[in-house]
Parts: sequence; C-alpha cells; structure tokens
Amino acid sequence: MAKIFAVTIVLIAIGSAIPILMHTWDMPQDISTHGHLIDEQYADTMAEAGISFLVSQFLLAFFIWKFSSPKPGAKIKSFPGGAAGLVIAAFLLVGTEVLALGVFGAKAWASVYFTPPAANALPIQVQAGQFAFYFRYPGPDGTFGPLHADQISEANANFFGLDTTHDQDSKDDIVSAEMAIPVNREVHLLMHSKDLGHSFYVPELRVHQDFVPGLDLSIHFTATKVGKYEIVCTQLCGLGHYNMKAYLEVKSQEDFDSWIKQQAALQ
Amino acid sequence: MATTVHEPPKIEPDRQPNHGLPSRGSGNGGWRNLVPVGGDLRRLKDYSPPPASTGIWVGLAAITMSFAAFTSALIVRQGAASDWRHFTLPSVLYLNTLVIIASSIALEIARRRIAAFMGGIKDQAASPARWLYVTLFLGLLFVAGQTFAWLQLRSQGFGLATNVSYSFFYVLTVAHALHVLGGLGGLVRVIGKLKHSTLRRSTLDATSRYWHFMGVLWLYLLLLLWMKL
Amino acid sequence: MHDTSAHAVHHGVPTSFIRKHVFSLDHKVIGKQYYALALVAVVVGMVLSWIMRIHLGWNNFAIPGLHLLSSTGAPGNVLTPEYYLQLMTMHGTIMVFFVLTTAPFAAFGNFFLPIQVGAEDMPFPHFNMMSFWITFVAFLVLVSSFFVGDGPTLGGWTQYAPLSAVGAVAGPGQGLGVVLWASSIGIFCIGQLLGALNFITTTLDMRTKGMSLMRLPLSAWAWFITSIMGLTAFAVLMPACILLILDHVAGTSFFVASNLVINDQVLPHSGGSTLLWQHLFWFFGHPEVYIAIVPGLGIVSHVLITNMRRPLLSHRVIIYSMGSLAVLSYMVYGHHMFVSGMNPYSSLAFSFPTLVITIPSTIVVLIWLGSLYGSKLRINTASLFALGFISMFISGGVSGFFLAQPSIDIMLHATYFVVGHFHLVMAVAAIFGIFSGTYFWFPKMTGRMMNETLGRIHFWLSFVGTYCIFMPFHYLGIAGNVRRYQAFTDDYLIPLIPVHKFITIAALLTGLAQFIFIYNLIHSRFKGALAPDNPWEGTSLEWSTATPPPHNNFGDKMPVVYHDPYQYSVEGASTDYVMQTSPEQLKNAPDEK
Repeated sequence: MAKIFAVTIVLIAIGSAIPILMHTWDMPQDISTHGHLIDEQYADTMAEAGISFLVSQFLLAFFIWKFSSPKPGAKIKSFPGGAAGLVIAAFLLVGTEVLALGVFGAKAWASVYFTPPAANALPIQVQAGQFAFYFRYPGPDGTFGPLHADQISEANANFFGLDTTHDQDSKDDIVSAEMAIPVNREVHLLMHSKDLGHSFYVPELRVHQDFVPGLDLSIHFTATKVGKYEIVCTQLCGLGHYNMKAYLEVKSQEDFDSWIKQQAALQ
Repeated sequence: MATTVHEPPKIEPDRQPNHGLPSRGSGNGGWRNLVPVGGDLRRLKDYSPPPASTGIWVGLAAITMSFAAFTSALIVRQGAASDWRHFTLPSVLYLNTLVIIASSIALEIARRRIAAFMGGIKDQAASPARWLYVTLFLGLLFVAGQTFAWLQLRSQGFGLATNVSYSFFYVLTVAHALHVLGGLGGLVRVIGKLKHSTLRRSTLDATSRYWHFMGVLWLYLLLLLWMKL
Repeated sequence: MHDTSAHAVHHGVPTSFIRKHVFSLDHKVIGKQYYALALVAVVVGMVLSWIMRIHLGWNNFAIPGLHLLSSTGAPGNVLTPEYYLQLMTMHGTIMVFFVLTTAPFAAFGNFFLPIQVGAEDMPFPHFNMMSFWITFVAFLVLVSSFFVGDGPTLGGWTQYAPLSAVGAVAGPGQGLGVVLWASSIGIFCIGQLLGALNFITTTLDMRTKGMSLMRLPLSAWAWFITSIMGLTAFAVLMPACILLILDHVAGTSFFVASNLVINDQVLPHSGGSTLLWQHLFWFFGHPEVYIAIVPGLGIVSHVLITNMRRPLLSHRVIIYSMGSLAVLSYMVYGHHMFVSGMNPYSSLAFSFPTLVITIPSTIVVLIWLGSLYGSKLRINTASLFALGFISMFISGGVSGFFLAQPSIDIMLHATYFVVGHFHLVMAVAAIFGIFSGTYFWFPKMTGRMMNETLGRIHFWLSFVGTYCIFMPFHYLGIAGNVRRYQAFTDDYLIPLIPVHKFITIAALLTGLAQFIFIYNLIHSRFKGALAPDNPWEGTSLEWSTATPPPHNNFGDKMPVVYHDPYQYSVEGASTDYVMQTSPEQLKNAPDEK
C-alpha cells in the first residue's frame, strides 16, 4: 500500500508538471512594452516553485517508500543535521528564494506602477457599469467634459452623463463601446466606475486593475502589436458579470486616425 | 454604644495553594507548573488563577479588537470623502462620563470591602451589597443619559443616516451601551450570588474588571468622538 | 482543604435526553454536535459545487429536480446566470465558515482540547453550549436565504462592497439575501468568539498537574493558536457585518460612494469607501484561512507522530512556526488587494511578509519530511490522509509564490489559479486533516473502530480525485480563465471548456466517493468493532482514559503528567511508547521543562 502510494505521489507530481513544461496552457502572448518584466518574473518563479514542488513531493514519496515497512527491531534514525539543520536550510534556501523573488518582483512592479505616464500619452477614459465598458476620447480639444451622474441615460445612449448642450469640453468628446488604440503609443487610461466594482483585464496587455467606485484611478501602457483583443471584467459585479466584455483594437496610427474620424462623425 | 453584628456575607474565601500530591480537580497545571519528577519545588506555585480571571482578559481583548475595527473604519471612512460633517457632541455626554467614573469608584469600594473579608484581613464585610446597588444605579443612569443624548440628537433632526459622522456616533455609542448593559447583567448576577448563593472572588474580580474596562472604553470613545466629530 | 473541582465542572452527569444530547454542557457532546453540523454543511456545500461544476461543463444541462430548489433560479432545471452566482456564494460561505472553521477547530478542538490538557471540561460550559447553538442559528439564518425573497446573495463569500451594500437594485439576492448573509456571519462571529474564549482559557488555566505548555500535544497547540486568531479575527468581522447591515437597512453610507448610477437612477448614498470593506474583510479573511489550516497542521502532526513511532525532530520548532504563521497572517492581508486600487507602495509592503510566510510553512514541511526519515511508519487510513495532507499542502503552497508577488498577481488575480491555490492549500488540505483526525479519533469519540478497507478506498478516490480537480485549475488560471463566470463566452476561454468538463467529471466522482466515508461513519458508529482504550498505542492524555471517555473525562482520578507528549521508541524504556501519565523515569529522553 505504502509503495503504491509513493508511486502515486511521484506520478501525480510528474503529471502536474508536464502541462507546464509542455506549455499546454500558457499565458497569452505579451503585446505590451512592460509585459516582459512580468513574464520573466513569472518564469523565474515557476522555475523556483516547480523545483520546490517536485523535490518535496519526491522526498515525501521516497521516505514513504523507504520507511513504511521497517524490519522488526529496527531503530529510529535521526535525519542528519536534525531540526536545527532543517530550520537553517529553510531560512537559507527559502529565505534567499523569497528575497530574490521579492526584490526582482518589486523591480518589475515598480517599473509598471511607479512611473508616471508620458506627457504625450493618449488619454482615454473607460467607464465600467453593469455590464458593459464604454470608452471616451477627449476629441480635438484634448479635454474631457465633466460627468453628471444624474444625466446618465441608457435610453438616450448618454452612458457617461455628458451635458453636450452646456459643457463646451464635452461637445467634441467621442464615446465608443469599443476601445481602439494606436500601436506603440502610450495610453493613459482613466478608470471610472458608474455603479459597482469592476475590473479591467487584458491578459495580452499584462494589465489588470479594478475600478473603484468613488475613486478614479489611472493606468498607462503601450501596446506593441496590432490586433484585436478582449477586455474582460474580473470583479464580480452581478448576474451579467460573465458576459461583461469589450474589444480592444490595437491599430496602426493611420488606421487609428481614420477610426477616430469615423467615430467623431457618429457622435 | 450599640454594636451591630452583621450577618457574615455568603462569600467564598480565597483558595489556598495546595502543595500536596495531586488532588481531585483540574486546573493545576496553570501558570507555574508542578513538575513531579525532579522539579524545583521553590519555583512551584501549585494553583492557577481561576479561569474567570483569565477569561475576562480574553473577553476584553476581543472587545478591544472590535472597537479597534470600528475606529479604523472611522478613520478610513473620514479620509475617503469630503462629506464628513463635524458637529458638537451633546453636552449630556460629559455628565454621563462623570456618572460612569463614579460607578467605577463605587464598585471599587464594594470590591475592596469584599476582598478584605475574603483575604481574611477583616472578619466581616460591612454591607457589601450597598455599594453594588450604587454601582448598578449609576450604570443605569449612564445608559439613560446616553439614551437622552440619542433622543436629543434625533429631535434636532440628526438621525443615523443624516451623515456618516452621525452614523459613527450612533454605532459607537450604541455598541458601547450594549456592552454596558451586559456589565449591568453581570452586576445583577454578582448581587444575586451574594444574596442567595456563594460569591466567588474570581467572579467579583472579573465583573469589576469588565466594568472598569467599560469606563476606560468610554473615555477612549469620548476622546475619539470629540477629536473626530 | 478546599475542593478545587468546584469551579472546573459546574455540571453533574445529565440524565434527561435534552440535557444529554441537545443542550448539553459536556464539551464532548458539543464537539460531536459541531462535527454533525459540519457534516450537514459539507454535504450541502458539496452538492452546490456539483451543480456549479455541471453547469460550467455543460451550460444547458438540465439537472433533474433542480427547479424544486428555486423555480425562478432554475427554470426547466437549468441554472440562470444569477442563480449560479447565488449558489457559488453559498458554497463558499458554507464551506469556509460552517465546515472549515467548525470541523477542525470547533469540533475536534472541543472534544479533545480539554482531554489533552487533562481537564474535566471547558471552564465556561454554558458559553460553550451557547457557542454551538449560536453557530447553529447562524447556519439556519444563512440557509433560510434560499427560501425567502429572491434567494441568497450573489456577491461571493467576500461580499465586496458596493455590490453587497447598495441593496436589491444590484441584482437578485442583494437585498434581503445580503442582510441574511451578514446577519448569519455576525451571529457566527459571536458563537466563535465564545468558543475561542473557552479554548484559550482551557489551555491557560485548566491544564492538569505536570502539563506544562511545552508538554501539550501539537494538536492542542494548534487549537490554542487558532483560538487566538479566531478571537481577534472574528472580533473584526462582526463590526464589519454590522456596518454592512446598516448600509442596507438604515441607509447609511459606510461602503457606498457618491454618484453611483444603477438603472439610470443615482443612488441616495454618498461618500462611502469601497476599499474600507475590503480592508475590514481581509483583515479577518486572511487569518480566517489560517484558522482553517492551522488545526490541520496540528492534527496531522499528532496523527503522524503516533504512526511514525517517533517524536518530530523538534516539538518547539513546530509550535513556533505555527505561532509565526498566526502573527504573520495579520500582516499580509493586503495581498488579496493588489489590483484593488490600493497604493502601489502598500502592495509591496504586503508582498514581503507574504513571501516571508513561506519560511515557517517550509519549516513545518521540512520537519515533517525530516521526521519521516528513519521512522517506523505505520500505514493506516489516518496516516494516509495525514501524508496526503502534506502532499496537498506542498502543492497548494508553492502556488503562493506567484500570488504573493503583485507583479505576477496582475496576471493571475481573480483567475482559476487563485481558486486552485486556495482549494488545495486551505480547503482540501484542511478537509484531509479532518479526515485524518476522524479516522484517528473516531474510536475514542464513539467507542467503535471505523472500517479500514472502506477508509482506504475512500482515501484513494479522494487523493487522486482531488488532484484531478484542482491541478487543472492552475492551468486554466495561467491561461487567463476568470473565476466567478457562469459561462465562458470569451473567444480565448472557449477552447478551455474541455478542461472544465474534465474537472466536472472528476468532481462528481470524487464527490460520490465521499458517500463511502459517510456510510463508513454511520455504519461504524453503530456496527463497528468495539475499540480498545488505546488502539493506536498513543501517548497523549486522550489515550489514558476510557473509550469513550466518561462524563468528567478521567473518572475518579485526574491524570498527572510526567513526560513530553510524544515519547515513542525511547531507548531504555520498557515499552515502545511511554505515555504522558506513566511515572517511569526516562534516562535517554530529557523532558522539556
């Protein structure tokens, strides 16, 4: 029984590692300028966690195999080094490991979050509400008009609550249910929640940030690859949560310019 | 001169340390432990405090955590938005503060009198229940005073949902008052034991620690509300 | 001489059925009541997970009879999107609170902590009785939300505001459902606080002669540490629940920000803080997952030591490690909030202690492995589950490396990776600890042995099945599969549905295997072989007394403790093991002082 158990543990450990090693299910391809930092950090962590996982499972299996049927009269043996040795090993091995992960992880995090957006970054406002995203571009004047919660109306397609009759800045704002951005240009995304907590997750962009009602956050990123990607909500927001999504189109600068013109005409 | 001989109160004397061999009963492994084989007898203190003494500190720790949670909620919420409305606390609160301090003093007088008897310093405890009744009365007066403060605010049109500062005022004071009511229940129990069965020293001490804690907690809350509201 | 037993047991042997089995003051009966409650809860929680899994694998599958649960939630026996979320919320809440908190901590702890410290009962038996019945009422309140209004809340077991705080306008179950949820959890907190009060006082004050703190078995230490965590964590959750209820019923604005618009209507709240709920909740929530797992560490150590016939390499190191886990658990809660909009500097401040927490966890695992080396391991169902626990704890633990780092957490937050991580390390591992404890202590609790063959079948199906369910969760998460979705309609998620089908089948089979356990439990309770006093040749106090223990645990004579809890294979001793109560002097095993 014990030997079968030991073999089972080994098989499960190897079986668990195979899809990781074969990259059967992998993170989607990175299309951002900062994403490689996350990916490298992820790969390092996977190596360290994977080795820890395999080594400890194998040791567990080996000891079960070896010590489960002792000979009669066998004596208890102590692990070389004893508890002190193991504690020191844990501090040295795991301590260095987590210190390294912590420091490099902090660098990766810092390079994503501690840098201000570039001055020429393209400002886009995204509003999350049950169960859709809407995007607003400031238009030629480069300024967003103010929001009026009481003027929000789904029926009139006034998703943001803009007052285009009174607010000068709002008149040229462009609202779209789809997000288009130019490739290789930094985007400064201003996040606003209409109602509840939502989240903005684009795995390819290596971007994930919650919308916090009452607190407008912003993130910035640069996409490096033209294509169409999905934006999904990851913060439980109600019955339609699973279906709350929008498309992100990364376009060349020319395509983006013509898209903006086209959208402006639709307003 | 006439002398009054009091009926000895029904109070249990302190437990005596037991240096003998294991007796029936548990709880002797307490703070200092008896080590029967090769132990150092000088370090031996063969009984632990009755569980009520430990239990009350544990309970007070939990209450402290709860009010710490309320406090941090208040600070975070105040900083979260600019809608915080400052207001003047109802002045009856300061009167209530005096009442709850007085009640603690009354209880301490009662406790010391009983403790002196229990510890064998005095043969009799002079009418120990009297000061307990005073404490009970002052405690009820405090709750009544708090109720007066709530009604006063409400009559001025400031309800629970008027502004979040009022919300916190009501939540903190009501939570405290409920705990005070619990303490009053404990006092009633102590009086009942004194009158009808046997009062244990640990019960009395635990109840009075709780009561003093309610006073300290109120002083803290008053300071917090005075600073933040 | 004064009779010191008076304060210890306030109650004699009960005679009426009600006092004996219902409103009992006996910690052993209360422990069994907690176990029964956990058993009922875990069956409910598991059936809910089946329904969810079937729905995730085959979205339009009609589950016969489901409309009986809710005709609106499952018209034509097919789950609606909102009802999926409602069942999911109930699954999480029931499992975390009423299974993982009650079974390893309240059930086993109640039964065995007083016995292991050598006490006749807990110091406050009335509080103990109230603790169970309050918890029971909390369970009823929670379950009642299935049957009133538009069903239970759909907000998830974390109940993030403002979804949980704005009321019925946010969706089904968000009105009355949330109020019932928050009331239930608030009531539950009171019950657990009373329990923790008893546990702490029992450990500090009720130990018998010679039972120094370092002579307590590791299981007793684990319950003691857990009760301290419970005392501080539940004392924070209760105020949070009160504030949440007030936002609902009194129109206050603790958690709801200004100018939120639902259905084109501006909500009447103003200025509330979204993150405040998350801070309060996770300050409780992270210790809570340790409340679920630390008793498992203690139980598994206890079971393994007995079956390895040797003490662990170090008794103290395990205790200090569990203690550090408890302390660190309060400093790391922010790692649940890396993408919540917290200050990015705070994220780093929470990341480091989270990584540091792997050190005490690793030490515990290494001490187990090092002690396994050179031992005389006995294989039985209890030790198999204990070893399975170690395997699960490692597997679930290593994924913590990823989630502890905010930079990687960006990719994995709110995906199935997280679901896989916490199910393995905290849910399934804790359940394995419960199983191990059950097979180990059942003889002492009931006086009868469990069936070993059925036990082993149960183990094999559970062990393999669990890995089949929860390992693939990690792969799904790496591929970006978002959790809490009732269907996968995104282009990149559709190719992952076959994996979900595989998981569903594994979950159904593993779940079915649990009925072998329940059958074994009930059958052995009445028909099992009679158990001797010390079937596993253990040394701690529970094995010194009769099986099942008498009403006051030790009969006429309280035990006196002479040794460390785990004196196995001591050279020069007359037997393979020396019980704590044996006055035999040991030359080669210096006792802890």
